[in-house]
Amino acid sequence: MLEIKNLNASINNKEILKGLNISIKPGELHAIMGPNGSGKSTLANVLSGKEGYKISGELNFLGKNLNEIPIDERAQKGIFLAFQYPTEIPGVNTSNFLRTSLNKVRKAQGKKEIDALSFIKLVKEKTNELGMDEKMLSRQLNVGFSGGEKKKNEILQMKILDPNLIILDETDSGLDIDALKIVADGVNSSRDSKKSFLVITHYQRLLNFIKPDFVHVLANGKIVKSGTKELAMQLEKTGYKGIN
Amino acid sequence: MKNQELDQNKEYKYGFTTDIENVKAPKGLSEETIKFISKIKKEPKWMLDWRLKAYNRLKVSKEPNWQKPKYPKIDYQDLYYYSAPKSMKDKPKSLDEVDPKLIETYNKLGIPLNEQKKLSGVAVDAVFDSVSVATTFKGELTKKGIIFCPISEAIQKHPDLVKKYLGSVIPISDHYFATLNSAVFTDGSFVYIPPNTRCPMELSTYFRINAAETGQFERTLIIADKGSYVSYLEGCTAPMRDENQLHAANVELIALDDAEIKYSTVQNWYPGDKDGVGGIYNFVTKRGACRGKNSKISWTQVETGSAITWKYPSCILQGDNSVGEFYSIAITNNHQKADTGTKMIHLGKNTKSKIISKGISAGKADNTYRGLVDIGRKALNSRNYTQCDSLLMGNKCGAHTVPYIKNKNSSSTIEHEATTSKINEDQLFYCNQRGLNQEEAVSLIVNGFCKDVLQQLPMEFAVEAQKLVGISLEGSVG
Ligand SMILES: Nc1ncnc2c1ncn2[C@@H]1O[C@H](COP(=O)(O)OP(=O)(O)O)[C@@H](O)[C@H]1O
Ligand SMILES: [Mg+2]
Repeated sequence: MLEIKNLNASINNKEILKGLNISIKPGELHAIMGPNGSGKSTLANVLSGKEGYKISGELNFLGKNLNEIPIDERAQKGIFLAFQYPTEIPGVNTSNFLRTSLNKVRKAQGKKEIDALSFIKLVKEKTNELGMDEKMLSRQLNVGFSGGEKKKNEILQMKILDPNLIILDETDSGLDIDALKIVADGVNSSRDSKKSFLVITHYQRLLNFIKPDFVHVLANGKIVKSGTKELAMQLEKTGYKGIN
Repeated sequence: MKNQELDQNKEYKYGFTTDIENVKAPKGLSEETIKFISKIKKEPKWMLDWRLKAYNRLKVSKEPNWQKPKYPKIDYQDLYYYSAPKSMKDKPKSLDEVDPKLIETYNKLGIPLNEQKKLSGVAVDAVFDSVSVATTFKGELTKKGIIFCPISEAIQKHPDLVKKYLGSVIPISDHYFATLNSAVFTDGSFVYIPPNTRCPMELSTYFRINAAETGQFERTLIIADKGSYVSYLEGCTAPMRDENQLHAANVELIALDDAEIKYSTVQNWYPGDKDGVGGIYNFVTKRGACRGKNSKISWTQVETGSAITWKYPSCILQGDNSVGEFYSIAITNNHQKADTGTKMIHLGKNTKSKIISKGISAGKADNTYRGLVDIGRKALNSRNYTQCDSLLMGNKCGAHTVPYIKNKNSSSTIEHEATTSKINEDQLFYCNQRGLNQEEAVSLIVNGFCKDVLQQLPMEFAVEAQKLVGISLEGSVG
């Protein structure tokens, strides 16, 4: 699914990622843990194609070199990023935004646009599945949403767009336990043999609810240690300083 | 070839010219020109006298120069003041007699005039240079006693109404361009809604400038009698030309007791090319009088075209409890300049006004909101709320907010809020990550920014306006 080889990324002359390697197969869920400022969000941004980074190394997604593909096309090909800080877009209706987005993805896949009625049905179904309030759909995108609502909205979008590589950037941060469960349920119910997940988190708490196949520790712009769930448990005890 | 076509479309979709034989007034501004216009319109003497009075006034008045956008000196003797297709000379009685080229022009502009194809729920008066080509749905409207016709026709058929109201909101002597218009105005629409009548459809005038070296001086007069309601929409386009063309219109609205007028504009005159060559000078005077108690006038404008836009649709709130509203989107790109806003003059008691202005500036453009709120001594318990938001795209454009506030009694309140922001990288990234390309993302974000204004437009036009907002800003980011 995703092959990252010797990835270097810098911005404003600051080197952030320094020779990062990860390989994710279909169906796998990888967790990336690391201290603040270690480059986790940068990795998420670079994978989704955000501009402004100087990049070297290899990025392969579904056998294609990602380097030349712009951000919107990557999204259409099935890369989804649940943002650490989802941005507010005033005046834009959440449901309309989601439909526009879905239709862009469908169009790229050669499917025809979803009609208004089927969309409403789909979006209501997913909203209820996630135990979310339907009212959110008619509000302006992320405007005045609580931290938890914003994160749930990201998970809703993930559900609707049905991507195949999902990057969650600290989706668990700042959530109370109920919201955390909703997010975890959303992820767990989406897991199948074709989808891959890259779950970025600062705390191992989330991994009590989502079972990773692999855990990587990111420090100083590279993966310093990889392992299974036990690694996360160990981190919890010793802190990031205990690794190296 | 295909690409080139596409590029041109992107630039300005309505830039084509209709090749047609014209009748023109002699070049230049003179008594002779004014008499020519009056004669060809078969006007009564009182109308000619009115025009000449304006002309005499014009001779002693000066062009204003306080506005922000400066423009090169206009040579008023080097312009045509009247130009109309020759075929329109012997007034066609029905659409069958109208030159197919004209009908085709409006088809191309998306304004079909044919009975079978005409827009449903919208009556259209189509003005081509200096004449009205056709007015649709006349029969239906007449049944209700509603008058919707070219103003040249109203001057002949409804002289009492015209005499009573023309110039009653914008006096002949108001200011240079208003005076100029009063002397040489050619066509435009006339609307009269009888008492207690709700106009059953949108009324709309589509203005098209076609001829070169010709100014368009249209005049619109809308009267809503007691307890009536009308929603009116104006649209406009012009060919792409290297020269600047002058468009100096006067629009007067009168709302009597308990009447309401909703006036919407989607202005898409040719804005000039990327380097600022050509484009329309849109110097327009629009003013509404809420003359009766409980009356309401609401202006909504979407200004995307013209090289220079310079206009302040205003409300004079004379009647007690009357309401004035101004909703505006002004988009300037490349070298466009806009100095626009409103005047809310509160005279009656308990009068209310609301101003929502959204200015968007991209490229090297300049966008000024200029607004006056004047609450008079006797306008007790009046209120104004003003909100001005500016959005900047890039570092080379400018946005300015110039509010003038006068409150002359202590029982009234004025509230003013203003914001300026840049289009947000994070918002663009978010949209891109959800599969929208740059242009779609910009269009979505800007439409969101303008939503409070867009939702004021009649349904039939809101969708068009949204698209226009997107198109006007294509290529302005990244
Ligand atoms: N645009 C930028 N310009 C300069 N430095 C940046 C920029 N973005 C991130 N950084 C720096 O790069 C480092 C990694 O940031 P980030 O990827 O956000 O870390 P994390 O998500 O792991 O907390 C931090 O030290 C941060 O300050
Ligand atoms: Mg981060």
